[in-house]
Amino acid sequence: MSAEIRLMRTPAEQALSAALEQVPSAPGRLNELRRSAARSFNEQGLPHRRVEEWKYTDLRTLMREAVPVAGPAGVAEAEAAARLLAGALVRRIVVANGAVVPELSDFSELEEGLSLLPLAAAVAAGDERLSRLGGLVPARYDAALALNTALAGDGVLVHVAPGATLARPIHIAHVAVGQGPAASYARSLVVVGEGARATVVETFESVTGQADQVNSATEFYVGDHAHLDVVRIQALGPAAVSLTTLLFEVGREAQLHDFAFTSGAAVARTSLYANLVGEASQVAFNGAVLLKGRQHADSTLFVDHQVPGCESRELFKHVLDDSSRGVFQGKIVVRQAAQKTDGRMMSRALVLGDDAEMDNKPELEIFADDVQCGHGATCGAIDDDLLFYLQARGVPLKEAQSLLVQAFVGEAIETVEHDGLRDALIEQAEAWLKARG
Amino acid sequence: MAMLDIDNLHAKIEGEDGKEILKGLSLKVNPGEVHAIMGPNGSGKSTLSYILAGKEDYEVTDGAVTLDGEDLLAMEIDERAAKGVFLAFQYPIEVPGVATMTFLRAALNAQRRTRGEEEVSTPDFLRLVREKAGALGISQDMLKRGVNVGFSGGEKKRMEILQMAILEPKLCILDETDSGLDIDALKIVSEGVNALRSPDRGMIVITHYQRLLNHIVPDFVHVMNKGRIVRSGGKDLALELEANGYAEYQQDAA
Ligand SMILES: Nc1ncnc2c1ncn2[C@@H]1O[C@H](COP(=O)(O)OP(=O)(O)OP(=O)(O)O)[C@@H](O)[C@H]1O
Ligand SMILES: [Mg+2]
Repeated sequence: MSAEIRLMRTPAEQALSAALEQVPSAPGRLNELRRSAARSFNEQGLPHRRVEEWKYTDLRTLMREAVPVAGPAGVAEAEAAARLLAGALVRRIVVANGAVVPELSDFSELEEGLSLLPLAAAVAAGDERLSRLGGLVPARYDAALALNTALAGDGVLVHVAPGATLARPIHIAHVAVGQGPAASYARSLVVVGEGARATVVETFESVTGQADQVNSATEFYVGDHAHLDVVRIQALGPAAVSLTTLLFEVGREAQLHDFAFTSGAAVARTSLYANLVGEASQVAFNGAVLLKGRQHADSTLFVDHQVPGCESRELFKHVLDDSSRGVFQGKIVVRQAAQKTDGRMMSRALVLGDDAEMDNKPELEIFADDVQCGHGATCGAIDDDLLFYLQARGVPLKEAQSLLVQAFVGEAIETVEHDGLRDALIEQAEAWLKARG
Repeated sequence: MAMLDIDNLHAKIEGEDGKEILKGLSLKVNPGEVHAIMGPNGSGKSTLSYILAGKEDYEVTDGAVTLDGEDLLAMEIDERAAKGVFLAFQYPIEVPGVATMTFLRAALNAQRRTRGEEEVSTPDFLRLVREKAGALGISQDMLKRGVNVGFSGGEKKRMEILQMAILEPKLCILDETDSGLDIDALKIVSEGVNALRSPDRGMIVITHYQRLLNHIVPDFVHVMNKGRIVRSGGKDLALELEANGYAEYQQDAA
């Protein structure tokens, strides 16, 4: 093999490697998991644009600055920062700077069949359910995940017993707080047992315009016949770097609906890996991404159909103002065994800004012969005829644009089943449009 | 002073070598009058209506248009609507994802705001829509859908008249509102239009068929050909056109 060019380590990489020297020790298997992730990062570092999956999001360049690992957050500042979904009927767990804040979290009166605890507490107690942590591993080295695995000391463990139904969504509210930019890492594990039903929401926000680096990874195990809805809202401050990794394993005849709303951070990357390992399941990964200024957001999805008869859907809507940049990469792999797979992926972008840009890279890799798969991508400005129709009825231009943008992202948001969450997402989109003026 | 005064209007398709469509068109509409415009396909009837409404694909090269003495062509599209210009489109478009009620309300309130009036309250708005929709045979189910989404051709036309009834414009321009309507719908729509006839409202009714003018009886009929009004007369002119066609005018203009 030809020698790989060894790149000079950037200041950020050096700082991260230094941080990795301090990897917290953990009992047993977890210790080795963290150490091996640290080793991988030290060897391979941050991805650059010649790494295929990171082609449009060159972290080596975009994450030049080294920032220290965040210290513990004060309860008051964490409380002030956690604003998303306030007042919604959810069970909220606040994770500030990567650590659960018990004072702000609702662990009381858990529904039957629900175990919910800080990951750190589960680690300390040697909780056997942690055997699944780190069990889902992408095919290729993923720098954001490696850093998370090595450095995340806390997060949330959600375990829903077979057959249980949760009355309220579980809301993991990530906040980045404190003086000066800092890096935080949170790791969560969600296990939804056979036939169980749950909704999990993760929100990300920061009050300041600091260049925080917020790294989160969550593993989801969706049992046979289980039904899991997942909603994410990423509304970090405008200078933040957001790195989110999601790993799903979906059992048989299960339902998984994942929705991501993205409007925050200077640079945001979401890597989503889904393994469909049980037959006849239905999964959907949808998203609405609203960007302005010079924001950059990259959603990269890998959906791996390993067994027959599953249905997967992806619908992403980007609204790009000013000189923002949206990236959608979706890869559907259909293994040879996965006959009767039905996979459909659609990415639509509405470009509002003169210098905005959308990069679409849908990919199908099909090894089975009896499948139905398709993908499409569109990218364009608001339809002038639609605008004219609304204006001719007296609606001013900006308001007409807002109505049409709302309608555009609405198609994706409408896929969220939970009424309260769907309304909250519509409000988020409205607020974004209002801020546009 | 005429409410609408179109004087020697020349307009072309926007762009370097845009073709000239309107070639010196003049027309005055006074409050209370209904003017029918008839004319062969491609003579520029829809172009005229678009230019009055403010569509940006055209460039006015000469002439003037005033509404109550104000320069209409200088106004923004939404401003014209707020001043009372309403175009019922020949081909109303579908606006997926924008609920009909949201749209109607946004339009009504925007116009009221522009005119410095108060927004309409929710109960008043619902009452208004229910009443007008009922008269036009528009079902609650249609109102629940996106604007015009999945509507039949005739349903779209009815929705245009509903919008007109709710917005109560000063100048109604109906571009082939009769096309695509069945006999019963034609009657319902015509009644809707007639209900809006009033001493302080002017109408321009563009049509190809005398039949509509049996229902909406015009005060004047104009023949348009090649971007100009080539003949004007009373309602009997429409009968004459129905009998003889446009051959004589097309020769004149050639
Ligand atoms: N945006 C445009 N680009 C190019 N040509 C156009 C455009 N709009 C109108 N035209 C042309 O201008 C002429 C007048 O069109 P217009 O639609 O105004 O006719 P009309 O009188 O309404 O016809 P009809 O009776 O068929 O509705 C036609 O030749 C048409 O092709
Ligand atoms: Mg026409």
